[in-house]
Amino acid sequence: MQNPAIEYDYTVAKWFSYLAILFGIIGMGIGVWIAFELAFPELNYVAGQYSLFSRLRPIHTNTVAFGFTLSGIFATWYYVGQRVLKVSMAESKFLMAVGKLHFWLYFIGALLAVGSLLLRYTTSKEYAQFEWPFDIVVVLIWVLWGISIFGLIGIRREKTLYISLWYYIATFLGVAMLYLFNNMEVPTYLITGMGDPFHSVSMYAGTNDAMVQWWYGHNAVAFVFTVPIIAMIYYYLPKESGQPVYSYKLSLLSFWGLMFVYLWAGGHHLIYSTVPDWMQTMGSVFSVILILPSWGSALNMLLTMKGEWGQLKENPLIKFMVLASTFYMLSTLEGPIQSIKSVNALAHFTDWIPGHVHDGTLGWVGFMIIAAIMHMAPRFYKREIYSKKLLEMQFWLQTTGIVLYFSSMWIAGITQGMMWRAVDQYGNLAYSFIDTVTVLHPYYTLRGIGGLFYFIGLFMWAYNFYKTMTASKAIEKEPQFASPMAA
Amino acid sequence: MDIRLIQGVAYLGLIIFLTFILYGYIIHLYRSEKKGKRNYEKYGKMALDDELTSPPVEPLEEHTKESR
Ligand code: HEM
Repeated sequence: MQNPAIEYDYTVAKWFSYLAILFGIIGMGIGVWIAFELAFPELNYVAGQYSLFSRLRPIHTNTVAFGFTLSGIFATWYYVGQRVLKVSMAESKFLMAVGKLHFWLYFIGALLAVGSLLLRYTTSKEYAQFEWPFDIVVVLIWVLWGISIFGLIGIRREKTLYISLWYYIATFLGVAMLYLFNNMEVPTYLITGMGDPFHSVSMYAGTNDAMVQWWYGHNAVAFVFTVPIIAMIYYYLPKESGQPVYSYKLSLLSFWGLMFVYLWAGGHHLIYSTVPDWMQTMGSVFSVILILPSWGSALNMLLTMKGEWGQLKENPLIKFMVLASTFYMLSTLEGPIQSIKSVNALAHFTDWIPGHVHDGTLGWVGFMIIAAIMHMAPRFYKREIYSKKLLEMQFWLQTTGIVLYFSSMWIAGITQGMMWRAVDQYGNLAYSFIDTVTVLHPYYTLRGIGGLFYFIGLFMWAYNFYKTMTASKAIEKEPQFASPMAA
Repeated sequence: MDIRLIQGVAYLGLIIFLTFILYGYIIHLYRSEKKGKRNYEKYGKMALDDELTSPPVEPLEEHTKESR
């Protein structure tokens, strides 16, 4: 505005985009591998202890959640943040340095943390496996991100914070609170002078530990897989389609609704466990209420496309985003159904749960990050997207993959749940565990194939991105709305 | 009084209270638009018109002038 020579600086956004692609491929590659291990158990032993399912599963979950997804979140923050605040990172040397430091600390920290899991260092708390030294690194990374967020807000030109920023800020605050409380632990070596220096024990025990863990676990879903992804869609879908958000007021209302309701719903992970009954009921009730703010955001997105549905046919990025919000609606309908006590009695411990998880993560989180990064690519490199056709193929291949994934897991999960509880006329269990394994085998294979489709799609994405960066036709001017693409 | 009853009543009370807050917020949003205090929908433009050179929907300076 004042100084026409200044432009938005995408350096850090670019770096995090590369990481998102890298961690996506590593994390989901391991995912496909362990899916096939479940179908063909011999695969467990190809690399001794390092290829065991139990060793690889936490690496899969941590890499996709805190590698792929977080990189996507940071990449989009460093892009969207500047744009909606109308201030460039180039205007502050300090913020630029913080951004770069944030990136390097995150990258090195992530590699070390994944290495530690491979070497068996784990707290054994799901999604919070990293041992205490890595927790300290995580806190530092988070503080740097916080400085970057509030620093940029401090030098902004736009007075009002766009709705996406509310969601990024909520992600920052929510994860900070959850992570700190759930990872309260005592490093045993420092206290006793004995044992492994990396080892620690949780400060909570028994049922309390379970409650804190799932308050965290559930809200990790909220503040890593939902809130920042909504931040993205509120920016990228309107921008790519050229349509303002259907209702800004609805976006504010859904924001507060989501913030309030999510934090109470974690009890649905502990139904029929030792936590107090009223707490289970509360988790269940709040989960059902959670449909409202969730669908509020999702419908707001779909209605943003009102009268512009032609774009869905023309533009593969719109396809990715519209399907993402559709999958968001699916998982936020499915989740509340699974939270109902009688349904959970059947669904808990079965493959229906990973079925639900992957509607959300592959359909909603994955598609949104893929679309966001491809939207940014032409702006990063001032070149058009290398191939629209490849993007279309990726879309259909990955969509087929997700459908194979969730349909096989729905059938497998419900079959499994029914077989576990089936009894004969005298009340004896009708099946032994191995009977269920035999029946489930084809579905496990199908799930592996679905995952493989999605995984192949990631390589199409990476290739398309790389070609956009290096070999695509240059454009003179940053595109305003729809991203330009070569056929 | 039985602790469970207290919990139950407190729980119900809380829900009713929060429902009021939520509806209050909706009313607040629509009221301030009707009175012309704010136009929320114009903020949607922030995502669409986000060049470094484009004028802010609500510039910061305006704010400081107002408060002076
Ligand atoms: C209204 C929203 C949602 C509700 C009420 C909900 C509810 C549930 C329930 C009841 C479970 C199974 C607990 C069990 O019996 O083990 C679950 C698991 C899970 N959900 Fe959701 N869900 C919602 C949305 C989502 C979304 C959008 C995602 C991802 C993007 C997601 C990711 C997960 C994950 C990762 C787990 C697995 C936790 C584990 O490791 O056991 N959920 N959810």
